[in-house]
Amino acid sequence: MSNFFRLYGEKLLNAIGTHLFYVLISVSIGFVIALFLGILLSRVPKISKYVLPVLSVVQTIPGIVFIGILFLYLGMVPATVLAALSIYAIFPVLKNTYTGLIGVSEQYKEAAKGCGMSSLQSLLRVELPLALPAIIGGLRMSTVYIVSWAVLASMIGLGGLGDFIYIGVSTNNNTLIIAGAVPAAILAVGLGLLIDCFQKKAVPKGLRRDAK
Amino acid sequence: MIEYKNVSKSYGKQKVVKDLSLKIPDGEFVVLIGPSGCGKTTTLKMLNRLIEMDSGSISIDGKNIMEMNPEKLRSHIGYVIQQIGLFPNMTVEENICVVPRLLKWDKEKSRRRAKELLELVNMPYETYAHKYPNEMSGGQQQRIGVLRALAAEPPIILMDEPFGALDPITRDSLQDEVKSLQQRLGKTVIFVTHDMDEALKMADTVVFMSEGQILQADTPEGILRAPANDTVREFMGKHVHNFSQNQLACSDLMKTNVAKVTQDRKTLECVNMMSRREIDSLVVVDQQERYLGVLLIETVNERGKAGDSIKDLITVDFPTVTPDTPAKTAFDIISGQRAEYVVVLTDDKKVAGIITKTSMSKALASVVWGDGQ
Repeated sequence: MSNFFRLYGEKLLNAIGTHLFYVLISVSIGFVIALFLGILLSRVPKISKYVLPVLSVVQTIPGIVFIGILFLYLGMVPATVLAALSIYAIFPVLKNTYTGLIGVSEQYKEAAKGCGMSSLQSLLRVELPLALPAIIGGLRMSTVYIVSWAVLASMIGLGGLGDFIYIGVSTNNNTLIIAGAVPAAILAVGLGLLIDCFQKKAVPKGLRRDAK
Repeated sequence: MIEYKNVSKSYGKQKVVKDLSLKIPDGEFVVLIGPSGCGKTTTLKMLNRLIEMDSGSISIDGKNIMEMNPEKLRSHIGYVIQQIGLFPNMTVEENICVVPRLLKWDKEKSRRRAKELLELVNMPYETYAHKYPNEMSGGQQQRIGVLRALAAEPPIILMDEPFGALDPITRDSLQDEVKSLQQRLGKTVIFVTHDMDEALKMADTVVFMSEGQILQADTPEGILRAPANDTVREFMGKHVHNFSQNQLACSDLMKTNVAKVTQDRKTLECVNMMSRREIDSLVVVDQQERYLGVLLIETVNERGKAGDSIKDLITVDFPTVTPDTPAKTAFDIISGQRAEYVVVLTDDKKVAGIITKTSMSKALASVVWGDGQ
């Protein structure tokens, strides 16, 4: 064990760092785009009925294919990985933002409008806060997804925990596979918990189920 | 002054409001009522432009609302909806201050206003201001809903079946509160309901609508006394029934469990009986149960001696009526202060009952508000 860490310790730390970097950047980019698109789509539910299913099909394209295609155009740069991962991060947040906003009960929208709020005010003060639990749920899903998709970065030689797994698999070295998989799993669970904490802070008190 | 002029609105081919004209003076409580689909809610919502009219015009104090910015218009008209619609992400105080904040009141002023309003409905600021809507009962929530509408001191409040989702007791007390708030603050209120009890209780003017048109606009009394047509009459059901007959007889209001004594009883016995039943008079009859007069406690006190019979103490000129006498006659006698009550006698001079102030007002109440109350 200690032998392993002497050999690979520094490499492992680097890999975790790179992995985390890919995850945080791509989830952030994806989240912003998704939030924006989700809000736009929720304003035009009629169009969204057709747009969302198309997007969900895109979501099913395997990451390998996608990274491969982007690789052809962008080359072996981190941007390739980030672009691919960001696109994957979009969908869960987009879907939840959309359903969250659409799900805001008509009474609140009518009350907001009746009070004299413009649609922007209604969105910012009423609809988004009410959709927040769903949106953060989407963020959580995206993050956990991307932690596992980021493994693909090493496929085009861009590091991350995938390096350990791929080398492990190709050299039939179980220790290396586990050395890559376990931190990835911990990363996924840890980030998930972090978002849960954030959710508790961010969701207005009146919306929490345990509020009494 | 709010004025609807030839306002129409259709959804597709269906006309929901047809060429409607209506004037509402300042400070009046107007209730729009009618069967569902009669266009009352549409009429209400066209005023704050939640629904845009197709043709015609609506003006407030002479200003055409179509020429005003809709958000600005709405922030100057209070709005209360049936589903309450308090924002669950905001505290009570934040909910109340929604409109003041939109109007950019400073924080201190908004807070003072919230405090003032909560006191108006006896909900202490310290207890309620920082609660969230889901921590309160439906009735408390709708009180806040009303306060939110009042917050920026709009001269006009629109209420769309605001108490429809509340239980009867809560609804009743909220009706009282809103009515008294409206009178105290001098607001113009337009109120939609399909509940005639509610309309009669709250309205200065009841506007009865059917199929997008106004069938009748009158005071509650006026609409009860003279419903414009069968649709109105039918809708009012029990309320108008008694009035249209307008023939309440004394037998409808009398109390039949009358305290009676025969004239050979002794004074002490009668005084005891009165004090036991907490009354100050007894109806005196002979052996055949025929009416002789009334024994009043004052007479016994003035002239009675212990042990005497009551025969000489009877008041014989007490007002009496027959069961068929119109109730109004009895009402006139009682309200003219000539007697605490009147005695109802059958044709063979037997006592059928008495009509007191209480039985009178109970009977009137059941005519005006229905038998349920």
